[in-house]
Amino acid sequence: MNTKVNIAGVEWKNPITTASGTFGSGMEYSEFVDLSKLGAVTTKGVAAIPWAGNPTPRIAETSSGMLNAIGLQNPGVDVFLDRDLPFLKQFDTNIIVNVVGKTTEDYCKVVECLADSDVDMLEINISCPNVKEGGIAFGQSCTSVEAITKEIKKYAKQPIIMKLSPNVTDITEMARAAEAGGADALSLINTITGMKIDVHKRAFVLANKTGGLSGPAVKPVAVRMVYQVANAVNIPIIGMGGIMTGEDALEFLMAGATAVAVGTANFINPMATMDILKGIEDYMMKYRMEDIHELIGCVK
Amino acid sequence: MTATFKKSVTITSVDKLSIDIYSMWIQDKEIVSAAKPGQFLSLYCKSGDRLLPRPISICEIDKKNHALRLVYRIAGKGTEEISHYTVSDRIEVMGPLGNGFTLEGKKAILVGGGIGIPPMLELAKQLSCEKTVVLGYRDVTFLDSEFIPYGQVYISTEDGSVGTKGNVIDAIKENKLEADIIFACGPTPMLRGVKAYANEHGIKAQLSMEERMACGIGACLACVCKSKDTDHHSNVKNKRICKDGPVFYADEIEI
Ligand SMILES: Cc1cc2nc3c(=O)[nH]c(=O)nc-3n(C[C@H](O)[C@H](O)[C@H](O)COP(=O)(O)OP(=O)(O)OC[C@H]3O[C@@H](n4cnc5c(N)ncnc54)[C@H](O)[C@@H]3O)c2cc1C
Ligand SMILES: Cc1cc2nc3c(=O)[nH]c(=O)nc-3n(C[C@H](O)[C@H](O)[C@H](O)COP(=O)(O)O)c2cc1C
Ligand code: FES
Repeated sequence: MNTKVNIAGVEWKNPITTASGTFGSGMEYSEFVDLSKLGAVTTKGVAAIPWAGNPTPRIAETSSGMLNAIGLQNPGVDVFLDRDLPFLKQFDTNIIVNVVGKTTEDYCKVVECLADSDVDMLEINISCPNVKEGGIAFGQSCTSVEAITKEIKKYAKQPIIMKLSPNVTDITEMARAAEAGGADALSLINTITGMKIDVHKRAFVLANKTGGLSGPAVKPVAVRMVYQVANAVNIPIIGMGGIMTGEDALEFLMAGATAVAVGTANFINPMATMDILKGIEDYMMKYRMEDIHELIGCVK
Repeated sequence: MTATFKKSVTITSVDKLSIDIYSMWIQDKEIVSAAKPGQFLSLYCKSGDRLLPRPISICEIDKKNHALRLVYRIAGKGTEEISHYTVSDRIEVMGPLGNGFTLEGKKAILVGGGIGIPPMLELAKQLSCEKTVVLGYRDVTFLDSEFIPYGQVYISTEDGSVGTKGNVIDAIKENKLEADIIFACGPTPMLRGVKAYANEHGIKAQLSMEERMACGIGACLACVCKSKDTDHHSNVKNKRICKDGPVFYADEIEI
């Protein structure tokens, strides 16, 4: 049975990665999951300098989902290179670094710092709803998506995955803009901006007032967007949003994603990535499929 | 590194201690042999609607019977669901999580406020030095009689119905309690009071903190508190309560 996929020239042993921000740099989850069994590990967003993130409460539970406003707390690219990258190199998996910044120059600085490192791919987070300067703004207009993609491509030595925001009127326009800017792949969706109010305290639950919705509650939106984008561009897609089981992952593959990322599910089940992979393999066995490519985009 | 387990365990006893306060024993060899006072478990609801774990402190550890006690208050839908579980039901848990208390000192005061009282019980059992226990309640008391074998117990209630009228600091002052270390778990205003009191008297304090959690193992950065110095892991002044805590020395953190 073949579960190998190829994303922008990088071969993955299977189509499973972790969704940025839900898996740290893999260290904590390595107690539960053999990281070498993942197609790739995608890290928490990394910035040029350390970011302290938002005040707490940073998360809230919602029906079949959660809101987060972590605010991209991260130790900065230097600590990433000194500590996290050597850790990840011990495993036989691809390393995808999620890159964040407040300005185009910030993004380019991180990309430049990582250019000669042992990182396999870069995922550019132009879609985090939890930082005020930049962040989301880049992901919400076609001109800025194309411009920042082009700029980053000048510095990047690894394939570039542009991570798209669902908080737009037409996600296919953003996808085409990223492709026009030279993106090698796309990932979607990031979280959907939401809000929760504590009626007893008559106050916002999150210190940041708004947060990003993730988990099973967003899955139908995510599948729809992956399907639309798959029909709009010719670059591979990493699909995500509420994947909890193998069947959930199959929906994304059938909608046109070449690979999938598992996020919120890790919090409920630290072995979720492995259970999802097994779910896909069991499905292929049941339907006597030789190659995972028979599934990718099979629903037209 | 200490071992952490994620598994379904059996509930071996369930009791209602007071209005909305429940006690539950669970059984599991691996989790119990790794457990220490001040650590906690993440409990998972059966309802797929409620995804996130409920962090609950370890109240008592019975190594011989591989059993562990949790005492919790119904605070919302998740704990409400759990309060309906009965003996021989199974519950999904992860743990033990966090660092736990460091057993130290010659003369200790153990301070518990409200639903911060449960973790002080196993600490009282394991801490061998001279100790007094101060428990703060709004009105109705629970678990207080179970501390009696381990030290003198002082109580404060907001309405003055039992013990000192006021808070735990009022009870410490009224009874002129002395110590070289304070261990405390309870609401943030209480911890702030304990920190100030410890500072004033030049004594150490270990405080057990609370925050909303998602992963429970230090990966998601949901549960941070402010630290005095730049943290080695985060490289900013934030510590993870689930991983670096929940117990911190009072002078390590800003509350
Ligand atoms: C380290 C630690 C130890 C704890 N030990 C105990 C204990 O021994 N006994 C006890 O009764 N309670 C304890 N708590 C508080 C307990 O976790 C919450 O009361 C419980 O999660 C509420 O869940 P719910 O579904 O009933 O409430 P809901 O309001 O429906 O919960 C919604 C979400 O918010 C989270 N949440 C709500 N209140 C809190 C809170 N105070 N702290 C953290 N998360 C919260 C829930 O986990 C859930 O994800 C502890 C908290 C922490 C962080
Ligand atoms: C706690 C948390 C932190 C996140 N941090 C990041 C981040 O740093 N960078 C990023 O691009 N996406 C981040 N995300 C978004 C996820 O990578 C993913 O796009 C989204 O959660 C949808 O997938 P899921 O429903 O499987 O979680 C975060 C999500 C969560 C829940
Ligand atoms: S709950 Fe995820 S870091 Fe503490």
